[in-house]
Amino acid sequence: MADLQALYTAVLEGNKNLAAETTREALDEGANPEELLQKYMIPAMDEVGRLFEENEYFVPELLISARAMKAALEYIRPKLAETGAKPIGKVVIGTVRGDLHDIGKNLVAAMLEGGGFEVIDLGVDVSPEKFIDAAREQGAQVIAMSALLTTTMPGMKSTVEALTNAGLKGSVRTMIGGAPVTQRYADDIGADAFSDNASGAVRIARQLVGA
Amino acid sequence: MHPVIEALLHTAPVLTDGAWGTQMQQRGLPIGAPPDPWNLDWPDRVQEVAAAYVAAGAQIILTNTFGASSVLLDRHALADRAVEINRAGAAISRAAAGNRAKVFGSIGPTGKLPSVGDIDADLLYAAFSQQAAALAEGGVDGFVIETMCDLAEAVAAVRAAHRIGLPIVACLTYGAGQAGARTVMGTTPEQAATALHEAGADIVGANCGQGPADMAMVIERLHAASGRPVWAKANAGLPRIVDGVAVYDVTPETFAAAMAQLPAVGAGFLGGCCGTAPEFIQRLAERIVKGEH
Repeated sequence: MADLQALYTAVLEGNKNLAAETTREALDEGANPEELLQKYMIPAMDEVGRLFEENEYFVPELLISARAMKAALEYIRPKLAETGAKPIGKVVIGTVRGDLHDIGKNLVAAMLEGGGFEVIDLGVDVSPEKFIDAAREQGAQVIAMSALLTTTMPGMKSTVEALTNAGLKGSVRTMIGGAPVTQRYADDIGADAFSDNASGAVRIARQLVGA
Repeated sequence: MHPVIEALLHTAPVLTDGAWGTQMQQRGLPIGAPPDPWNLDWPDRVQEVAAAYVAAGAQIILTNTFGASSVLLDRHALADRAVEINRAGAAISRAAAGNRAKVFGSIGPTGKLPSVGDIDADLLYAAFSQQAAALAEGGVDGFVIETMCDLAEAVAAVRAAHRIGLPIVACLTYGAGQAGARTVMGTTPEQAATALHEAGADIVGANCGQGPADMAMVIERLHAASGRPVWAKANAGLPRIVDGVAVYDVTPETFAAAMAQLPAVGAGFLGGCCGTAPEFIQRLAERIVKGEH
């Protein structure tokens, strides 16, 4: 029998091979993919987030755990699709127009995936139109925007405005983050949520989709 | 310690410069456009920025090459122009400095994190070697490796620059963890000082972050670990965005007053990062001349 507690530990400690192997073995033995995800993998990532917020874990630990999670998800996803199970939400994510910085955005994307979301990563230098078209086409509930530069932050405001003009404000929620971004800025531009770190981003995304 | 650094420290604290990118935006650099290619396209405007810092009293000015590693320039499809951009950046600052200031070539992060496998170590080292060599050809007196968050990347840059034989300052950006005394990657000032000196840095330091007051503890710890005067370039606090423009609430006067406290905890080089301008450096110069530190 696959040791499912080992799956939890493998994700928590960022042991990619063990996480993937244990998942594959458990699924071969007929384990329920939804249960693996909900009882072991997502709780492990939540614990990773907690350790990050407690200053026990830093970016490298977050990244290796997210990679272990991703490796396990490679096996889980096809099985989940067979059962018709849905992710807890769909997020379209990107770095805003004129900004090419992607370290923070990638980290948030990885943590959101680890938190059970389906993540559509639009990359960097993403225009308001592109965010909105992608959210519409993919049926995403959340648009997550990142910016490192004070000079590119207005791209967040433009996207929120474009969302309003498209009549989607309310049905598609917005969340923002990045080094110069603040709660106050989120309030000013009418973004629905703000997080100053990747772990908090998962929490607020869950609130936004009511999960 | 490198003799160039020793000579500079005879009159410590040594004044360095402030932010460059925003100065170029005031001179027409479009938002989101990389500043470094301006060394080729608008050298006169870049030189104006350099000259403004010399006029403000900077004893060391940097170069408009913060983002000019081939790895980062590749995002703008300009990797093949890395050598000429760095060479020109050094020459521009050199011309502005004359014999009034030293020129230290700025080397910033590539945007990849080598310690988590984002980029091949050899490729990273080769990019920094190329950048350092081109800056040296352009006439710099030393190097400042700055705004690094991944210690492995900073160490690669120091090693690459070390072969040239010019003095090296190496700075990380702190602000994460309890009391903001770690980098986002979790590195402490002590770990950084040890590794950066081992790699060949003459001086270690901190730049960017939340502001001069928040930097004091990091400077103190760097100084204790390094045993040498520390390089400190703080932001003018954190910005607010008003009508789409970043506004820094810290005035040149309050910035200068706060920076002037840092020599007491071990800073030997003082300057500004995001949100600062020549006026900030000038205020700081006035205080230093008056001995208010």
